[in-house]
Amino acid sequence: MSQSVPSREVARRVFASEYNDASYTFKESDDERAPLYLLLPTGERANRVFIVGTLTEKEDVGEDSEYWRGRIVDPTGTFFTYAGQYQPEAASALRELEPPAYVAVVGKPRTYETDDGNVNVSVRPESITTVDAATRDRWVAETASRTLDRIEAFDDEGNEYARMARDQYDLPVEEYRDAAVAALQSLDDSDELEGEAPA
Amino acid sequence: MADLQTHADEIHEQFSDHLDLTVEEIEERLASLVNEYSVPVDEARRSVVNSYLDEAGLERDELGPGGAEQALVGDIDEDEQWVDLRVKVAQLWDPNHESIAQVGLLGDESGTIKFVSFATSELEELEEGASYALSNVVTDEYQGNYSVKLNRTTTITELDEEIEVGDDSDEVEGALVDIQSGSGLIKRCPEDDCTRVLQNGRCNEHGQVDGEFDLRIKAVLDDGDAVQEVIFNEEATAELTGIGLDEAKQMAQDALDTTVVGEEMADRIVGRYYRVRGPTLGRYVLADEFEELSGTDDTVDAESLLIRARSL
Repeated sequence: MSQSVPSREVARRVFASEYNDASYTFKESDDERAPLYLLLPTGERANRVFIVGTLTEKEDVGEDSEYWRGRIVDPTGTFFTYAGQYQPEAASALRELEPPAYVAVVGKPRTYETDDGNVNVSVRPESITTVDAATRDRWVAETASRTLDRIEAFDDEGNEYARMARDQYDLPVEEYRDAAVAALQSLDDSDELEGEAPA
Repeated sequence: MADLQTHADEIHEQFSDHLDLTVEEIEERLASLVNEYSVPVDEARRSVVNSYLDEAGLERDELGPGGAEQALVGDIDEDEQWVDLRVKVAQLWDPNHESIAQVGLLGDESGTIKFVSFATSELEELEEGASYALSNVVTDEYQGNYSVKLNRTTTITELDEEIEVGDDSDEVEGALVDIQSGSGLIKRCPEDDCTRVLQNGRCNEHGQVDGEFDLRIKAVLDDGDAVQEVIFNEEATAELTGIGLDEAKQMAQDALDTTVVGEEMADRIVGRYYRVRGPTLGRYVLADEFEELSGTDDTVDAESLLIRARSL
């Protein structure tokens, strides 16, 4: 593979519970345009994510101009996504969608610090599209699989992002395995409940 | 001196097309340098080869190493290797430079590979559809793609049998996470053999032209680990999106804007999972066949994932 063509950043698969535990962001070069990464607690860098879940609420929280907030639920928790004038396609998708609906979001991780010093993580969407229940089920299984991949590699020597995660977070990765198990089990339960938001 | 004889054999083979030498006389020259003048074997070989190069009027890089390896085009994965191929000429293209005599695709059971032969090599011309044994061709690499170069030392023997050209399709799958610009309803340059996509009604080569409408999607498939760019042609785009060329033109006409087509198509396919099969061309896999993936299947099976998770 050629190294000379700047490559597109991969969209990581991560459940909401892990995503919301992340807070540390970093760049790998001094270049102003270098990609910003969110460090996932299971030891991977994420400049882009792909999530599929149920849009349960949307609200225009903008003051002067439209600024849409959407809550997207997966089997482990809730992703928050914000789209305004600089994400016109995603903003118009949120404006037109009627919750509850299964949606797929490709987007970039964004963090902001609250007044009480906590770091909240959200998704700045590049696209939001409506999908069906079967696509959402596939995402849950795939995300569980990718999460297990990361947990399995967590103790590998030379896994620099795992080392970084240990330094920055000190969170037990078993928690994310348990979340993956619960998510996979919910697939069995929800087979007959087409269109139902998971508990 | 078995060692010297091996060297002599290899040198003999390197020059077999150019000079009338015997293995014995080569071995004798090597032996003289090594035994009488205490020259290390490698240096002796170098010196002997150089003198034969002079005699044959060849440059060193025109010379194959002794015994180029018989290879399948699909196995070529290294730059500057000397190989022998048994191939069918799958396609000939028009050379775009006078230094190039022929350019096209060679195929065997493992797939196809681009080849180039240069005017200066003065080789006989290959015919499209004919099968050949090509010995002493050199591999070349550009941005991860391999090709072979025919050269002055290449020997071409037409074969009576026909070489079967295999399928070198790649299969990729993942979530369709983006559609690139230049997707949807596009216009192509109508000039013969041009087909370039117009930018604001202009062809890079032919300037302002009356374009011909076409459908195309350039998409990015992402499996969470790697990304792969994929191109869907008119037929595949219509099947993928449910929007055919006529409908697309109508949509553009109604909206007085061609971009509505790409936007509607994106709405229908972004965020879904697909498996795509087809040949690789540069950065792209050309979608000959594809299917939408949904629910869980062998690739992502909830049962086996649960077993895996619990064993961690």
